[in-house]
Amino acid sequence: MQTVIADKSLTVFLSGEIDHHTAGRIREKADSEIIKYSPKELILDFSDVTFMDSSGVGLVIGRYKLASNNGCKTVVTGLKERDKKILMMSGLQNKIEFR
Amino acid sequence: MKKPINDFKMNVLSKSVNEGFLRAVTSAFCSLADPTLEEISDIKTAVSEAVTNAIVHGYKEKQGRIYIDAALYPDNIIKIKIRDKGCGIEDVQKAMEPLFTTAGDDRSGLGFSVMESFTDKLSVRSAPNKGTVVTLTKKISGKCE
Repeated sequence: MQTVIADKSLTVFLSGEIDHHTAGRIREKADSEIIKYSPKELILDFSDVTFMDSSGVGLVIGRYKLASNNGCKTVVTGLKERDKKILMMSGLQNKIEFR
Repeated sequence: MKKPINDFKMNVLSKSVNEGFLRAVTSAFCSLADPTLEEISDIKTAVSEAVTNAIVHGYKEKQGRIYIDAALYPDNIIKIKIRDKGCGIEDVQKAMEPLFTTAGDDRSGLGFSVMESFTDKLSVRSAPNKGTVVTLTKKISGKCE
């Protein structure tokens, strides 16, 4: 998992398979970066994600909560259609931006 | 129901690393029915949800075994049973409500909704302290020999 910070915008590049097994490690790393940089915008980039189940939704919800507590907005980008369908089931589209 | 053309049964420890393993095994079995990529992804997603539920909710901190039993029937119908001998579900109807979860902040409560949405039929049988059986049924559009 790579991250890039520029102009108070933190981009987290997710890759591979996101399930309950892999989500734990991603969560720890993403959270420590969010806390370290206190960005104004958090971008979760799913372009290189090859599989995602509802653990991916939990991952987004958790990061959105942490980020919004610090007044940071959350953006999700690079989603494949089926992954978007899963994320939409949670109603998250009302809280975060899809790009 | 007619007799299956092909089937497999196996069981694994309820370790989270086996979520990916069971997705891979099930999709390899289903690929014998010549499914589309979309159908394979649907099955992988639904299996992943059921196996995760067994690990996170069925066995919680304990370790047990997850039993998977998949069969391919004439007319290209795939039936996958995922069973655990964990704590079971008190109220199956409540557990199946979208966004309902007992597992805290980072679980979305969408497991059963995703299983329903990516299969043709979902059935859940559960008894407290005995375990849970989730049955996923899906028709594959491809042609099977």
